[in-house]
Amino acid sequence: MAVTNERQQLLDRRPQGLDLGPTGRGGDRLFGGLAKGSGIAVIALVVFVGGFLLWLAVPALRANQASFLFSREWMPGIQPPRFGIVDLLWTTVLVSGFALLLAVPVAVGVALFLTHYAPRRVAGPVTYVVDLLAAVPSIIFGIWGIKELAPKLAPLSSFLSGNLGGFPLLRPGIADNGTVFVAGVVLAIMILPIVTAFTREVFAQAPREHKEAALALGATKWEMIRLTVLPYGRSGMVSAAMLGLGRALGETIAIMIILSKPSPDSPFNPSLFAGGETFASKIANNAAEFDSPTKTGAYIAAGLVLFVLTFVVNAIARLILQHSERKHA
Amino acid sequence: MSESSLATPGTSFDADLTGGRSKARGAKNILAAVLVSACFAIALIPLAWILWTVASKGLHLLLDINWWQQSQRGITSRTDGGGAYHALVGSLITALACAAISVPIGVLGAVYLVEYGRKGRLARAVSFMVDIMTGIPSIVAALFVYALWVTIFGFERVAFAVSLSLVLLMVPAVLRVTEEVLRLVPNELREASYALGVPRWKTILKIVIPTAFSGIVTGVMLGLARIMGETAPLLILGPYTKSINFNPFSGNMAALPTMINQDRTESLQPAVDRTWAAALTLVLLVLLLNIVARAIARFSAVRDR
Repeated sequence: MAVTNERQQLLDRRPQGLDLGPTGRGGDRLFGGLAKGSGIAVIALVVFVGGFLLWLAVPALRANQASFLFSREWMPGIQPPRFGIVDLLWTTVLVSGFALLLAVPVAVGVALFLTHYAPRRVAGPVTYVVDLLAAVPSIIFGIWGIKELAPKLAPLSSFLSGNLGGFPLLRPGIADNGTVFVAGVVLAIMILPIVTAFTREVFAQAPREHKEAALALGATKWEMIRLTVLPYGRSGMVSAAMLGLGRALGETIAIMIILSKPSPDSPFNPSLFAGGETFASKIANNAAEFDSPTKTGAYIAAGLVLFVLTFVVNAIARLILQHSERKHA
Repeated sequence: MSESSLATPGTSFDADLTGGRSKARGAKNILAAVLVSACFAIALIPLAWILWTVASKGLHLLLDINWWQQSQRGITSRTDGGGAYHALVGSLITALACAAISVPIGVLGAVYLVEYGRKGRLARAVSFMVDIMTGIPSIVAALFVYALWVTIFGFERVAFAVSLSLVLLMVPAVLRVTEEVLRLVPNELREASYALGVPRWKTILKIVIPTAFSGIVTGVMLGLARIMGETAPLLILGPYTKSINFNPFSGNMAALPTMINQDRTESLQPAVDRTWAAALTLVLLVLLLNIVARAIARFSAVRDR
């Protein structure tokens, strides 16, 4: 914590590198070219990912007889193929949104605890422990979620759907534990570290003068936080939440393990207590069947939508972050 | 930064100097402190619970020496025995092949951003794309490599293809950390080197990168820890096998995540035990990489004068 902040100050103060202009030396041209080439390779890779997926998805989309955006069917194997993503989109958005709803308040709390409540001696190691949570592989979250957490959440699920089943989102769904509800809770735990890390960073940068001024005017600690730290960190919190959302949208294996696949002709159920498939889990579930080009193309088209979604969400998050950095600079 | 470091030593920053404040405000203040601490407690429960689960269910198999020396060849879900050697070897080979490609790109990319591109237009574009790359879901990276490797080139699904898809995940991780430590190298060092007439590329290779070396190692290890736990690319590009395979260019190769995935739906006890033991092995490997990486970062950080 303290280290990152010292680093931040260093970074702010220090001009990076030295601007010498081109030297014309052979070694410099070679090495500089290699470095520049690596930079360009990074851009090219991202462009290639989008471009290739698009190139391979287009033939399948052309052959598709159903509306890609609005159909609930998924039969890429038949001739002609029929597939649409509306179910996938709904489950992906529902599970990610639910996870975000759970994770962001807790992450803000943890970030406040680490920056303003915990004694410095404790904050360092504890930050480290929260980061370790991010290191646990997602397949472990998956098997833990379905085997250990899900049975413990079952009474809560049945209580909610039993008593508040009138709301479409809480309507009773499937009998087993593989619900969007359980998947969302696990996903919330998985994105907690990244949201915490970014929120913590902006909270730590809240200007000391503002905080001291608030305290000098007689504010309690909480009032000081509410009046200075939270407004200062607002855009940071938004972008941290977006980054968490980007992570959640693309999470594959944990969701695949936890969520129950609905039978192909089951009616649409918007509930948190239904099963379902996200873009990522749909692709992963059917990885073994990638044989014919149109069939694979359908999954690649789904992957393309996921790529575009995460690209947009991440880009917005970064733009907000850059904008607020410039404003505070 | 915590409060205590802001205030001068010996005085409490949040001392109540106001004399009397209303009870409601005081109560709110306490409530906020309780809620914030509760959030923190909530965040720690899952980590402890997960570690306890995998340790309590998997540890007994790890204590058997065979676990580290044998594969699962010829062993069914009904029979005990065998080990995770094949998966451990597969995970390490895949990760090292990925690192061999990612580390040069990541380090050189960071050198470009810090030493050459600086705040230019191209450097800003690279920096933005690195952020986007960080957010690319592993399944999308895997689909991309599948499209390239299998659909277009017509190659088999092999471990090297998995490594290629992991490159997309590891490059941004290595690049960001390297960039950060390169920026911590004091400019005085660069200036001194230039003043002695050392060429720029030699300054970077002999002065800047060695000074930042431990930081780069930390970044590489954290990147390795991240990709070793990835399962989605393995599902699409790296079919599981129970046998040992050292060749990333031909044949199926096992990995710890696919070993877990293989038996996770089994209900027979030997298979269930093996799932948890493989999970514990993976967790230990990843945590070890993390802890060592951060220890290196801590004890040999670039110091400012």
